[in-house]
Amino acid sequence: MLTISNLTATVGDKQILNGISLTVRAGEVHAIMGPNGSGKSTLAQVIAGHPGYEVTGGSITYDGKDLLEMEPEERAHAGVFLAFQYPIEIPGVSNAYFLRTAYNEVRKSRGEPEVDPMDFLDVMAEKLKVVEMDEAMLQRSVNTGFSGGEKKRNEILQMAVLEPKLAILDETDSGLDIDALRIVADGVNKLRRPDRATIVVTHYQRLLNYIVPDFVHVLAGGRIVKSGGKELALELEAKGYDWLVGEPTGATA
Amino acid sequence: MSTMDVRETPLLRQWSEPADSAGWLRALRTRAVASVEQHGFPTPRNEDWHFTNPAPITEASLEPMQPAAGALTEAEVARVAISPAGWARLVFVNGRHAPHLSHVGQLPDGVRLMSLASALLEEPTLVEQHLGRVARFEEQAFAFTALNTAFMQDGVFLSVPANVTVETPIHLVFITDARGNGGMAHPRNLFVIGQHARATVVEQYATTAGGTYLTNTVTEAVIGDGATLTHHKLQREGRDAFHVGHIESTLGRDAHYVSFAFATGAALARSNIYTTLAGAGCGATLNGLYMLDGTQVSDHQTRIEHAEPNCYSREHYKGVLDDASHGVFNGKVYVHAIAQKTDGKQTNNTLLLSPEARIDTKPQLEIFADDVKCTHGATVGQLDDRMAFYLKSRGIGAAAARQLLTYAFAADVLETIELEPLREALEREALERFVR
Ligand SMILES: Nc1ncnc2c1ncn2[C@@H]1O[C@H](COP(=O)(O)OP(=O)(O)OP(=O)(O)O)[C@@H](O)[C@H]1O
Ligand SMILES: [Mg+2]
Repeated sequence: MLTISNLTATVGDKQILNGISLTVRAGEVHAIMGPNGSGKSTLAQVIAGHPGYEVTGGSITYDGKDLLEMEPEERAHAGVFLAFQYPIEIPGVSNAYFLRTAYNEVRKSRGEPEVDPMDFLDVMAEKLKVVEMDEAMLQRSVNTGFSGGEKKRNEILQMAVLEPKLAILDETDSGLDIDALRIVADGVNKLRRPDRATIVVTHYQRLLNYIVPDFVHVLAGGRIVKSGGKELALELEAKGYDWLVGEPTGATA
Repeated sequence: MSTMDVRETPLLRQWSEPADSAGWLRALRTRAVASVEQHGFPTPRNEDWHFTNPAPITEASLEPMQPAAGALTEAEVARVAISPAGWARLVFVNGRHAPHLSHVGQLPDGVRLMSLASALLEEPTLVEQHLGRVARFEEQAFAFTALNTAFMQDGVFLSVPANVTVETPIHLVFITDARGNGGMAHPRNLFVIGQHARATVVEQYATTAGGTYLTNTVTEAVIGDGATLTHHKLQREGRDAFHVGHIESTLGRDAHYVSFAFATGAALARSNIYTTLAGAGCGATLNGLYMLDGTQVSDHQTRIEHAEPNCYSREHYKGVLDDASHGVFNGKVYVHAIAQKTDGKQTNNTLLLSPEARIDTKPQLEIFADDVKCTHGATVGQLDDRMAFYLKSRGIGAAAARQLLTYAFAADVLETIELEPLREALEREALERFVR
């Protein structure tokens, strides 16, 4: 489904990704771990098409297409979804309007008819249950004044509405209490299907108890320095990253 | 410009000795025309017109506006004017009252809502007492107000007696039709709100046909002690039209004036909103939103005069400027020495959607009292890239994202409109203003 080869990317004149290769097949769950500043979010943002990062080499193929040639919205239409580490607040746009617009834009791109506000409420009623979110959150401005946990849940709500094929969760578990963590993980698991794939970026093994990964990768200094099965996450929890990167945690190449 | 030159400008060419039966009105008109002759029309050398050159108006060859081509239908009015059922409505077409489109309905006892021409006959004392006494005109900067005073024929007269609350919104619609092309109209309104009375007015300017014409309008409001006037102005003139509007109010003790100015129309527009806080403890809330594109020029001037202690003023104007449009905002606050404990706040935010768009924003605070709190702030920005990317990452394309974020920028100031059907209509309009 997703093939990243030898990807390098910069922001300004700073090189952040130093040759990443990763293959994700349909049905798989990949976890990406690694020290702060190692480039995990950068990789996620590059996949989503953030214009602030310049891809200087390598390629990303998604469903046989050159992902890097696609606009961010085209990627979303094609089923790519990024749950942001830091969701953006948009004062003045209600969550309901935002979700409906996104839902309809994705439908339009597939040649499906738009749904009107009344029918969309029915869609929402079901999705809200997935993330155990109150309907009142729909009337508030997108993420504006939401607590950290509410923002993360709102990301999962958007994911539930858009039903992506490739979901990338960037530290969606950070800042969640244990109940919220379970809700978010359940939400993700409900969306798992053999034709969909998930990449979870996390610092914590506890999420991986709920969302069990097929592969765990360690990103350090803009490279994948180790890959393994789910037991690698346990090993990292016990030993930290130093034994892998050979230098103090947090440094970039 | 010499006196003779001014006389010969198209704007004054039609002047002849006033024929009104009321002597005070003849004297008022004569005084007004003399003022224009003495001062001439403003140019950018006039401080109040520094950013907006009125030459396209003063040099255009405009004639007095022709009467309407025929009777407008309700559907035509509905197409250009919001008109929720149940509002009291007075419609004017090409400056002339259109009774067949107007319906006042049941208003509380003692409320007078009629054309100004009727009021001159039915309420001569009240009209004489206030008309021409609120809106200043004897300065070059106010030449258009003087012009209106000299040539006014009709408009709306509203009088609300003491202690009466008019729940029904009052809607004034000024429409220019195809016959208005090349013409100028001078609508004139007068509102007299008695002590502890309340009223809500929506004053709207629109066109069914476009064309090059001038609407030069003046509204005066006298707001009694403890009274509240909520006053919305919607300027949606045609894309080739000129609009000059002057609204001036004076407030009694503990009175409130709440104003919202919404402007999307005209090639060149100037809108003054002046208010004098003339009674202790009163206050004004002046908010507005202008959304421009193409080569539109729209200039909003507000002036709040704190003339008594313990008054407040709240002002928030927002502008969205696309293409090569040009917005001007000038917020004057004048605090007299006596006006201690004044509490004033002014904000102007601009969203520039294009590198060619331009805003001139100028707060102007003149404070002569020492115990006051007056703040002002202005921001000018572009669309937020992070927000745009967030929307795109959810499948919302560039054009839709731009539209949504533009709307989001304007949303908070629109939310201050308490009149719900109006707020909803303007929210829709704001959302659709920059659809491409
Ligand atoms: N817009 C930017 N401008 C400058 N530096 C940036 C920018 N974005 C990222 N970086 C830098 O790139 C490096 C990688 O950042 P990134 O956010 O990808 O790390 P991360 O692995 O997600 O870290 P964390 O675990 O803390 O979320 C960091 O050193 C960061 O400061
Ligand atoms: Mg990160």
